[in-house]
Amino acid sequence: MNAKERMKIPPVDMPEQDPKERVSNLDEVPLGYTPEMAMMEAKRCIQCKTAFCIEGCPVGIDIPGFIKLIEDGDFKGAARKMKERNLLPAMCGRVCPQEEQCQLFCTIGKVRKNPCESVMIGKLERFIADWDREQGEFEQPPSVKSSGRRVAVIGAGPAGLTVAGDLVKFGHEVIVFEALHKAGGVLVYGIPEFRLPKKIVQSEVDYLEKIGVEFRYDHVIGKTIPVRKIVDDFDAVFIGTGAGLPRFMRVDGENLLGVLSANEYLTRANLMKAYDFPEADTPIVKGKKVITVGGGNVAMDCARTALRMGAERSLIVYRRAEEQMPARLEEIHHAKEEGVEFHLLQNPVRLVGDDRGWIKGAEVIKMELGEPDSSGRRRPVPIEGSEFIENTDALIVAIGNSPNPLVPNSFPDLEVTRWGGIVVNEITGQTSVPGVFAGGDIVLGAATVILAMGHGRRAARAMNLYLSSGRWVDLDSALDLSRAEVH
Amino acid sequence: MYQLLHKEKLGPDIFLYRFRASDIARYRKPGQFVIVRIHENGERIPITIADVDIEEGSITLIIQAVGKTTLQMAQMKKGDSIPTLTGPLGEPTHIEKVGRVLCVGGGIGIAPLYPAARAMKDAGNHVTSILGARSSNLIILADLMREASDDLIITTDDGTEGQKGLVTDAIRNLVDNGEEFDQCIAMGPPIMMKFVCILTEKLGIPTIVSLNPIMVDGTGMCGCCRVTVGDEVKFACIDGPEFDGHKVDFDELMARLATYRSEEKNALEGYSSHAGCRLDSMSEGGSR
Ligand SMILES: Cc1cc2nc3c(=O)[nH]c(=O)nc-3n(C[C@H](O)[C@H](O)[C@H](O)COP(=O)(O)OP(=O)(O)OC[C@H]3O[C@@H](n4cnc5c(N)ncnc54)[C@H](O)[C@@H]3O)c2cc1C
Ligand SMILES: Cc1cc2nc3c(=O)[nH]c(=O)nc-3n(C[C@H](O)[C@H](O)[C@H](O)COP(=O)(O)OP(=O)(O)OC[C@H]3O[C@@H](n4cnc5c(N)ncnc54)[C@H](O)[C@@H]3O)c2cc1C
Ligand code: SF4
Ligand code: FES
Repeated sequence: MNAKERMKIPPVDMPEQDPKERVSNLDEVPLGYTPEMAMMEAKRCIQCKTAFCIEGCPVGIDIPGFIKLIEDGDFKGAARKMKERNLLPAMCGRVCPQEEQCQLFCTIGKVRKNPCESVMIGKLERFIADWDREQGEFEQPPSVKSSGRRVAVIGAGPAGLTVAGDLVKFGHEVIVFEALHKAGGVLVYGIPEFRLPKKIVQSEVDYLEKIGVEFRYDHVIGKTIPVRKIVDDFDAVFIGTGAGLPRFMRVDGENLLGVLSANEYLTRANLMKAYDFPEADTPIVKGKKVITVGGGNVAMDCARTALRMGAERSLIVYRRAEEQMPARLEEIHHAKEEGVEFHLLQNPVRLVGDDRGWIKGAEVIKMELGEPDSSGRRRPVPIEGSEFIENTDALIVAIGNSPNPLVPNSFPDLEVTRWGGIVVNEITGQTSVPGVFAGGDIVLGAATVILAMGHGRRAARAMNLYLSSGRWVDLDSALDLSRAEVH
Repeated sequence: MYQLLHKEKLGPDIFLYRFRASDIARYRKPGQFVIVRIHENGERIPITIADVDIEEGSITLIIQAVGKTTLQMAQMKKGDSIPTLTGPLGEPTHIEKVGRVLCVGGGIGIAPLYPAARAMKDAGNHVTSILGARSSNLIILADLMREASDDLIITTDDGTEGQKGLVTDAIRNLVDNGEEFDQCIAMGPPIMMKFVCILTEKLGIPTIVSLNPIMVDGTGMCGCCRVTVGDEVKFACIDGPEFDGHKVDFDELMARLATYRSEEKNALEGYSSHAGCRLDSMSEGGSR
């Protein structure tokens, strides 16, 4: 088949649960490719000499490489190729913003003048990761001599899990300290089951345990054990404590009953299984009509969860326009299909309660787009006198999260930025404290799974060198990471 | 897993539990709490660490059975284990030699009050304690509190022990009799803390209270525990649970505690009909 013919093949759609049906269950929405579908989709890749897609991938997966193996039907080989670069492909295939990464750069999308018609790299990634997991074969990584070095990883989110997996493979002893009772970070407490089934996260964690990573749950570092003690007791430390501090709107009425942060709502629903109440003990606020404020993935997750918790109407209230929503395209699309109502260019200015202190409405002001702001997006400006009351039974605040201040606050030696992110060397993840590295959302602020993993991967390499050489100063130049390798 | 080493009954529906948890025991300071989760589908509930035994590597919790989780705990036996015990969380009590300290405890609030009173006494303060409850059998830890205090007064609503009346009556009596205090610590049901604070504000006694909002993670991640203190919103699990009582919005706290009241009731009824246990603790309402 020549390139021209390949370019003519339309994208292979992934079958999905019917929107009407899926809002009454928690099962995953996209059902996955069959092997035939995956091999057909793989045919669409023209194996570019300069693969721009790789440039767009924060961890530099050999994309044409694994796609070729799928086309040839060598799924095992494809899985191996992918895992060279990405430890958690089943998750990335599901939650990465591919339309802003690999698929944005794909030649096919450019030729077809529609990035939505690029090679479906994310869907292929998911297919291979699922296929591989379902084989149930456990591949013990090549055994290495124990280094005798001990590493502490604080936080079991994607950043911490990546560091742990890599360092154990380098022969170091790794202990992961996690504040909650489960590993996975946002992947288990935030992102809902219907988007990322928890058994997938669990199987990745199980894999890490099998290859020798030790997990200590219920350990809030800075509280259960002082950070200083961890730094003293271990040869190196990685901090991956994420961006778990919920931001509120700071408007009147925000402490009314029925008003909660996205973190609280999703934690109750996911980690604490409130969908199963009273079988599971944790309750959740339910409403016939639920407003979610915000326009990112987090807001989409809340609005869609609300439908599954029985809401008759679920509204997104967002102060900018739809084009400016930071959520993945697929999430917006799925939310709309399920009947989530988008109330754009609107912003709550005050919440109104009833006589028992429950929220009964939000006073909302309409907005219009003004001049571009520092993020390059046109700034929303309130239209004076346009306020009106939107009645509601519950309101979820999903306007963002800031870096978790717990570790930095209890360890003042650690240099942080004005907004609370830990300051690191970008190449190595080194912090201001010798022996201590950091990465993921605690450095970037609320970002993405793949960036957190990319940070973890780079930090792991630097930590490995630090552990074997004892060198701290100029570790970045010693690492001599070629640009391609950094990727 | 965290093993239950010892359990004893202190009063109707009030039990003392000692769990093995050596890291928590080692680093805990008075005023801090733990998050408890008793089985895989369990809720995460906050409980103050009443005492620790570093040698045994254990912590003591004193818990009133008021709902599904705490009733299930009341069924536990020595040797049983629970999956989650996270802590020590929250900021410790600010312990300082200030002179004369008044410790006021109501109901289950006497449990968290005890470590604070003892630490205040150990720091060289003169400690006067007032313990209040509806009835005599609900007064817990009286002996330990007596040891931790220079003077101890007991009040009961029904007069079955000590003075008949409320803790606020006892405070007023002391002050009318010329006693002076540099600091008050009040722990108990929100309604009691509210009225103690109204009184101590009039009397000009700085007052620390320990708040008991609903929590989930206990690490500052969800904001469920937010309380209004002065003109600021604070997360009780990270910034507290102790705050300047004269600035706390108690009405908001009490309203928020009712968020899940109907769900709690359902869960409890489901569980009780299942386990065949008594429902009478339900009527005691509220926590602490
Ligand atoms: C609802 C939601 C939806 C999202 N959707 C997407 C998406 O579709 N695609 C995407 O790419 N990204 C998405 N994100 C963002 C993505 O999940 C994060 O960028 C990513 O998880 C960051 O990884 P991390 O390892 O840095 O931190 P986290 O995942 O936040 O993990 C940090 C871990 O550290 C633990 N911890 C914190 N403090 C301590 C302490 N003191 N001691 C011990 N442990 C501690 C926490 O409990 C947590 O488990 C979403 C985020 C949310 C909240
Ligand atoms: C910092 C702190 C320290 C505490 N220390 C103690 C203690 O030492 N001893 C003790 O007996 N109790 C203490 N409590 C209260 C205790 O957490 C609740 O009584 C317990 O959660 C009730 O759970 P349940 O499932 O048995 O009851 P539920 O049926 O869930 O609720 C019964 C009552 O408890 C309140 N409540 C429910 N869930 C919570 C929650 N997660 N956090 C707080 N209150 C809740 C409800 O408002 C309701 O009035 C403390 C609370 C806080 C915040
Ligand atoms: S850019 Fe697109 S067509 Fe080219 S190698 Fe990458 S996936 Fe294949
Ligand atoms: S309990 Fe979640 S922030 Fe305090």
